[in-house]
Amino acid sequence: MRAILVSVLLLCGCAEVWNDPYPASDRGQKVLYSVFSERPKHLDPAQSYATDESQFTMQVYEPVLQYHYLKRPYQLIPHTAVAVPEPKIEQRDGETVSVYEIRIRPGIRFQPHPAFVPANLALERRQVEALETPYGLALGTRELTADDYIYQIKRLAHPRLQVPIFGLMSEYIVGLKAYAAALKAAARPGDWLDLRQHALPGVERVDAHTYRVILKGRYPQFQYWLAMHFFAPIPWEAERFFHQPGMAEKNFTLDWWPVGTGPFMLTENNPNARMTLVRNPNYHGEAYPAEGEPGDAAAGLLADAGRAMPFIDKAVYTREKEAIPLWNKFLQGYYDSSGISSDNFDQAVRISLLGEPGLSPEMEANGIRMETSVEPTVFYLGANWLDPVVGGAMGGAAAERARKLRQALAIAIDWEEYLQVFANGRGVPSHGPIAPGLFGYREGEQGINPLTHEWKEGKAMRRPLEAAKQLLAEAGYPEGRDARSGQPLVLHLDTTTRGPGDKALMDWWRKQFARLSIQFEPRQTDWNRFQEKLRKGNTQLFMVGWRADYPDPENFLFLLNGAQSRAKTQGENASNYSNPEYDALFAQVRHMANTPERQQLIDRMVEIFRRDAPWIGGFHRKTFGLYHGWLGNVKPNEMADNKLKYLKVDPERRAAMRLAWNRPVLWPVLLGLLLAAAAVVPAWLAYRRRERMAARPAPARG
Amino acid sequence: MFAYVLRRVLYAVPILVGVNLLTFLLFFVVNTPEDMARMQLGAKRVTPEAIEKWKAERGYDLPLLWNGQAEAAGKATQTIFFRKSVRLFAFDFGASEDKRDIAAEIGERMWPSLALAVPVFLVGLAVCVSFALLMAFFRATYLDLWGVVLCVAMMSISTLFYIIGGQYLLSKLLHLVPISGYRGGADAVRFLLLPVFIGVVAGIGASSRWYRTLFLEEMGRDYVRTARAKGLAERAVLFGHVLQNALIPILTGVVAVIPLLFMGSLLTESFFGIPGLGSYTIDAIQAQDFAVVRAMVFIGTVFYIVGLILTDISYTLVDPRIRLQ
Repeated sequence: MRAILVSVLLLCGCAEVWNDPYPASDRGQKVLYSVFSERPKHLDPAQSYATDESQFTMQVYEPVLQYHYLKRPYQLIPHTAVAVPEPKIEQRDGETVSVYEIRIRPGIRFQPHPAFVPANLALERRQVEALETPYGLALGTRELTADDYIYQIKRLAHPRLQVPIFGLMSEYIVGLKAYAAALKAAARPGDWLDLRQHALPGVERVDAHTYRVILKGRYPQFQYWLAMHFFAPIPWEAERFFHQPGMAEKNFTLDWWPVGTGPFMLTENNPNARMTLVRNPNYHGEAYPAEGEPGDAAAGLLADAGRAMPFIDKAVYTREKEAIPLWNKFLQGYYDSSGISSDNFDQAVRISLLGEPGLSPEMEANGIRMETSVEPTVFYLGANWLDPVVGGAMGGAAAERARKLRQALAIAIDWEEYLQVFANGRGVPSHGPIAPGLFGYREGEQGINPLTHEWKEGKAMRRPLEAAKQLLAEAGYPEGRDARSGQPLVLHLDTTTRGPGDKALMDWWRKQFARLSIQFEPRQTDWNRFQEKLRKGNTQLFMVGWRADYPDPENFLFLLNGAQSRAKTQGENASNYSNPEYDALFAQVRHMANTPERQQLIDRMVEIFRRDAPWIGGFHRKTFGLYHGWLGNVKPNEMADNKLKYLKVDPERRAAMRLAWNRPVLWPVLLGLLLAAAAVVPAWLAYRRRERMAARPAPARG
Repeated sequence: MFAYVLRRVLYAVPILVGVNLLTFLLFFVVNTPEDMARMQLGAKRVTPEAIEKWKAERGYDLPLLWNGQAEAAGKATQTIFFRKSVRLFAFDFGASEDKRDIAAEIGERMWPSLALAVPVFLVGLAVCVSFALLMAFFRATYLDLWGVVLCVAMMSISTLFYIIGGQYLLSKLLHLVPISGYRGGADAVRFLLLPVFIGVVAGIGASSRWYRTLFLEEMGRDYVRTARAKGLAERAVLFGHVLQNALIPILTGVVAVIPLLFMGSLLTESFFGIPGLGSYTIDAIQAQDFAVVRAMVFIGTVFYIVGLILTDISYTLVDPRIRLQ
């Protein structure tokens, strides 16, 4: 009877899940489960520059400013600073400088760390070799001071660090370039370089909680940089601690073990499998925002207003390199959120008759919800300004012909179709260089590119192909042939897409050009050669993208500034576009506050851009995120990376759902075993029969 | 035998130099030091100065193979090839391009690789030999016929299909084991059940069919007829005579791969999220991390040479007539 009962229980399922990838001790805890696909390269706030690294660093490090979690447009608010600093324009040594005086709040303490115990700064090699983790030593802490922020600014010029923004910052921070040279001269191989012994003229310590940063000229965008990890505090003790003999051999470095004041601390660093952040017991505390956008209260996003953050105790990030296991584990409830890959799009999303994306019934039934947002990005088909056919550098009538050719292509290439076919509609066709949601971007009819679109029935419609053909004829290529030579017009797209899976994309491109009877030839190459071609200006047409560092139009408009030409100065202007009027307007706009005058100048720049069409259309990427019902306070914020502290989980609900979704199903296994056992019987009988045979036939050949 | 092994070990030195040179040439035909710097530094705000700094810091500012500016021996030694290669022979792998110690990484990642590869190897070998013996025993019957058909079908299916199908069936539908992931210690068993099962099943088709052929070839020999003639049971003939004599060709394929188990499985580790050396190598290739690629190719070559020497030694163990000279 008991055996039957056990069998029935096995067949019906169990009261516990078997496929839970997490330890039993995590159950019922306020743990957030997420993923990362790329192994982070750097967690040092001076060297890191990738979004997938910021998801770790920005939970640990606290710059002086941060973005408001709920308000839009994006708004800077104090983080560890008392207030958002306003620059004071002064004259020093005959030069105009901007002085940012930053006062940080007193009483903030660093996370527990061995670097704050003096004895741990003089460890013997054998002590280091015995360590499993840096946290295996006595832990200490101390108060955050202005010196820690100053130390990090000095690190931007460190001769042993690869600081991606050094080039940019050395143009602004007074004396930074000379400081880098001085540090290089002072550095001795193997020795720790104590930056406290070397003064940087562009940074001044006022008192223990106040410091100044002095910039050459005006650079209002510097405020945004103050919200990034490049300007987070680094205690000198942490650098000294990790510089001890034996540390690097164990991969104990500041680049891998961040030390900060933020709500979380990194306690497990296995970039090959798992990264774990746990609540920092010394965290100074911060209240959940009490204000947001209209609709946030109704969405429940203000329910925790005023409550102390963070709401979770631990965040476990598991490395998932493949999309299939990631998606299945999300559906099983083992990840709290997920993106949507093209393979899973149809399972997750239904597009309404009006073209609006919504959740599929299956997702809705599981209590999953979807959030979408347009990223501060632009992906564009660039025309190389130096190219004699599609460029504009040659001037005169040739440049005019090329301009009309680019305009014709901008009409003919159907980006709406591109987004539907290759991105499941996850993008917004661009009408200018600035991404939606940022100052300078215009919505609705005002925002359309009149050259390529017209406003009909309340939406932007691509202009008819006849308009493109007319422009093509005016460019001297009627019916896609050079009117002078009669030769067909052949255009080349330099691209890194060259696998068998990219054939559909190449066919689509071919079709777009064929609409104007232009012959299309892709020049497929690898990433390195593609970048080299861009650097040398050896491309004709190419596709690249940009993600903004901060929510200011300057961070998009500079991509078209002549001084940023990739071929001439190795800058970020990949199309090498150059227009003196645009450049002059950019010089004005870049240092202005967001005023109506600035908007007016930006409108003029966008108008020039549309007329010249150095980018033959493109799109701004849209992200679709899926979130389980037990995850709360979710609101997409494309600028803030320190979002973890705002999130909350309901572990009881999660446990119940996981149990409901993951009961083991054993009857097929038992059935399989029974069938296997049944198959053995005839084999056994045949074996017995052979063994008992009195005489054997001659062995058969196999 | 000692002299033989010593000679083989000495032969290994030029092989390792050659493989190292080939890896170097292949890598730098596709990537320049500048490409590597750009890959490591990212796509945004990279200045020529930053690239030069990166190269100088890692010794990639030297000529690749020949330094015409240097004096005497420096022409060969003041090069990227020499600087990056010579330490390998002392098994000093240095640091990856993102400055993580390679030896520490290998020490950490070899255990998950072994935890996956050793059971797949041992269980797979046992299952395949048993299945092949069974087919040989039931030769020329329907059991044999359908066994061969099953083998051909199984070897025709891609490993990727086994992985995705196995994850779908056993984890997604039946909820028996985690789909992917890895934890150390005893907890590793839960994560390894599925990849080991799939690894074994994926290997059954090809190996069993090959072993069956070996066994059938042995079963047609005179000594088997003699054994049967003296009244031995078929079981004793198979295990006592046929299996033992078929071991030499089996060992040729099997012993050589034993050291390579350490190198991990590229596909399985990637799909099951197992942080082993297979995924380490793939990551390094994708990141254009020459230091790691070079170290892994070097280690792989060393293990392959060791495997071949072990294979030779194993011949003497299973066949006393063989002498290594």
